[in-house]
Amino acid sequence: MEAVHDHDHDHHVPSGIMRYVTTTNHKDIGSMYLWFSFVMFLVGGVMALVIRAELFQPGLQVVQPEFFNQMTTLHGLIMVFGAIMPAFVGFANWQIPMMIGAPDMAFPRMNNWSFWLLPPAGILLVGALLAPGGAGGVGWTMYAPLTVQPGMGMDMMIFAVHILGMSSIMGSINIITTILNMRAPGMTMMKMPLFVWTWLITAYLLVASMPVLAGAVTMTLTDRHFGTTFFNAAGGGDPVLYQHIFWFFGHPEVYIIAIPAFGVVSEVIPTFARKPLFGYASMVYATASIAILSFLVWAHHMYTVGMPVEAQLYYMFATMLIAVPTGVKVFNWVATMWKGSMTFETPMLFAMGFLFLFTIGGFTGLVLALTPVDIQLHDTYYVVAHFHYVMVAGALFSAFAGVYYWLPKWIGKMYDERLGKIHFWLSIIFFNVTFFVQHFLGLAGMPRRIPDYSLQFADWNLISSIGAFGFGLSQVFFLYVLLKAIRSGEKAPEKPWEGATTLEWTHLPTPAPYHSFETPPQLKG
Amino acid sequence: MTMWIIVGISIVVFGAMFWSILKHRKSVGHKASNFHENTTVEIVWTVIPVVILVAMAFPATKVLLAARDSSAPDMTIKATGYQWKWGYEYLDEGVKFYSTLSTPRDQIEGTAEKGENYLLEVDNPVVVPVGKKVRILTTANDVIHSWYVPDLAVKQDAIPGFIRDIAFKAEKIGTYRGQCTELCGKEHGFMPIVVEVVSEEDYQAWVQAKLADSGAPSFDPNKTYSVAELVSAGEQVYNMNCVACHQPDGVGMPPTFPAIKGGKISTGPMAAHLDIILNGSKKNPMMTAWGPQLSDLDIAAVIAYQRNGINSTGDILQPSDIAAARSE
Repeated sequence: MEAVHDHDHDHHVPSGIMRYVTTTNHKDIGSMYLWFSFVMFLVGGVMALVIRAELFQPGLQVVQPEFFNQMTTLHGLIMVFGAIMPAFVGFANWQIPMMIGAPDMAFPRMNNWSFWLLPPAGILLVGALLAPGGAGGVGWTMYAPLTVQPGMGMDMMIFAVHILGMSSIMGSINIITTILNMRAPGMTMMKMPLFVWTWLITAYLLVASMPVLAGAVTMTLTDRHFGTTFFNAAGGGDPVLYQHIFWFFGHPEVYIIAIPAFGVVSEVIPTFARKPLFGYASMVYATASIAILSFLVWAHHMYTVGMPVEAQLYYMFATMLIAVPTGVKVFNWVATMWKGSMTFETPMLFAMGFLFLFTIGGFTGLVLALTPVDIQLHDTYYVVAHFHYVMVAGALFSAFAGVYYWLPKWIGKMYDERLGKIHFWLSIIFFNVTFFVQHFLGLAGMPRRIPDYSLQFADWNLISSIGAFGFGLSQVFFLYVLLKAIRSGEKAPEKPWEGATTLEWTHLPTPAPYHSFETPPQLKG
Repeated sequence: MTMWIIVGISIVVFGAMFWSILKHRKSVGHKASNFHENTTVEIVWTVIPVVILVAMAFPATKVLLAARDSSAPDMTIKATGYQWKWGYEYLDEGVKFYSTLSTPRDQIEGTAEKGENYLLEVDNPVVVPVGKKVRILTTANDVIHSWYVPDLAVKQDAIPGFIRDIAFKAEKIGTYRGQCTELCGKEHGFMPIVVEVVSEEDYQAWVQAKLADSGAPSFDPNKTYSVAELVSAGEQVYNMNCVACHQPDGVGMPPTFPAIKGGKISTGPMAAHLDIILNGSKKNPMMTAWGPQLSDLDIAAVIAYQRNGINSTGDILQPSDIAAARSE
């Protein structure tokens, strides 16, 4: 094959838009994933700002309650399924082949399709707003039987979830196959970079949990239109059944988002500490334990549905157990920095911002694990604050770390270090202004998903809204930093990060060529 | 206690992190060591968290077992969630009523000064005696709601078709306010819970007054009301029950919430109009059956308001007609 194609190697790539429609190249597809997720991030961000604008003051000023509910719903769905998940699949596409010494993903055509399923799903999600009656204002968790009430916007959301699920499953199969079959000779499982390990584990989580979600929303669909009563007591069903099914997917989903973030941070911290990752093997085992435990704790999202107290106790103990491997990871990262020789370029700043804020999110998670406390705080702003510490400061900050870290390798140009640092400080300050105060709102008893609130919540909401607008603008600034790097960034040196040790830095030129590792690299010892 | 554990762990972890940030940086000339394994350390920092967690689990279990103990209550109240209000039924005393947000619309829309208990006030609060163990049975009529009063430390989902329970004992006389905490649709933020904790004597007096109130209908079922009487009473009923969806002046929010003004049903045949109010809509689950919730007079009045206040069809029904329709 190689011999036949050698002479026209770089000529069979169509140009313009068709290049991207037809591409099977993991780098093109990775870029498309990343840009798609960034667009969805901005769309979901605008929705968040609509929410915060309405909550700026008590009273209804900006939007009506049902539109508010549609905003909270779509903000959640878009950020989880449209922004964060595709962003990390984008990293996987770009990085996994380069980090394991493979020429491309195992199934390049399926790779193309798993990306191109996303835009229709995104259009369905956002387009649901234009359906008669708007989108379903049912919360991203889509609890039955409220989901029976909205118009066809709800059906569009259900189909969007189906399509996103298919895309994720195909992406995961591709990632698993690539990692298991296409490693360069000599790269044993326990020599893989930790980012690759975390994605291998995440991909298994996806394959196991996405079909469960598809089942839950399909049952919702048939309850809506075909007279079934899975979630309707009048026909022998049970609304709580939906919650069990949803969270059997939903809790692993939390780790589907968090684990690749762990992977990125586990690459960035050793690079900038100039010291190998502490406890590599224990990191792998901790990640795997978190993944397994994540399937055993789902009902801790449901302490108030009225389950037997014995079940509450079981879920409390199992949930607290997750703190152990999570703690091990945090300790390992700190031990990696300990006695290193650290520098603080933008990727490292974001990785440390992740470590600091994710640990706080972990602590509030531990607080929420305690059933009696959770019953009080369930569905209040404390929970909102908790999961934004894990999702935004956890997943999003680590995605930023990843973008700044690998951008020189991807485009061969450097971002502006000063602007990158400004982006970091703006993000971390406004993030905390927005979300730290929400802990106080939750402790004071403010329920989530309400468009208007009583007067004692006014001050903290005002501060939170100001923070949210600051955070939103900081991300527009990020777009500027990115575009400036792409258009006029300085040429990147071959190896901009002194401490980088993975194959994409040690065995490939910068920027990485369109086709890399057509012959497997020679690994040392 | 959890707080202090968190503070302790934070000091150790963030301390180590910031110490390395300060001291182990390249700019102060720190050279990187190369250690990357230490099984002893790994075991230590796995075992210590386990011990801490076990220490936390004991008190948490104790509190939970006590909090979830709803046995041997002094009284039982059934709380039913509706879109969007709460219905209460005192099972032993036989008192029954609905409890709806009493904050006026114009405060919400910002055309009037917001009161002290904005969004946390209702027309009929739950009244319970002080120092008594009160068991709340929760259920719902349409979608899941959740009965949450932070200062009484209770939160229990209200699930349609199922009954759950929770108990509390208020030690102090006073007013306790809470809200629905499970997203239940459009007016989720506008169905508060107010619990008045009163002395035993005041409670007994309240029960007697409530019973006297609900024993006989407060209107004469056989009286013939004038159009004007019904329309003005109907406006009140409309503003309590219908306005959230069908909007002031009945303009609605099509397609989910059809307009009353010029609407097919509210200007069409009377029988269909009465039927949809009594029994709800078969096509649109958002239109609930109001028959069980409203009195004959209320229904006659709201029909009169919709047909002659918002529209002008000229026809009305009397409470006796509603009673007749109910018994069919």
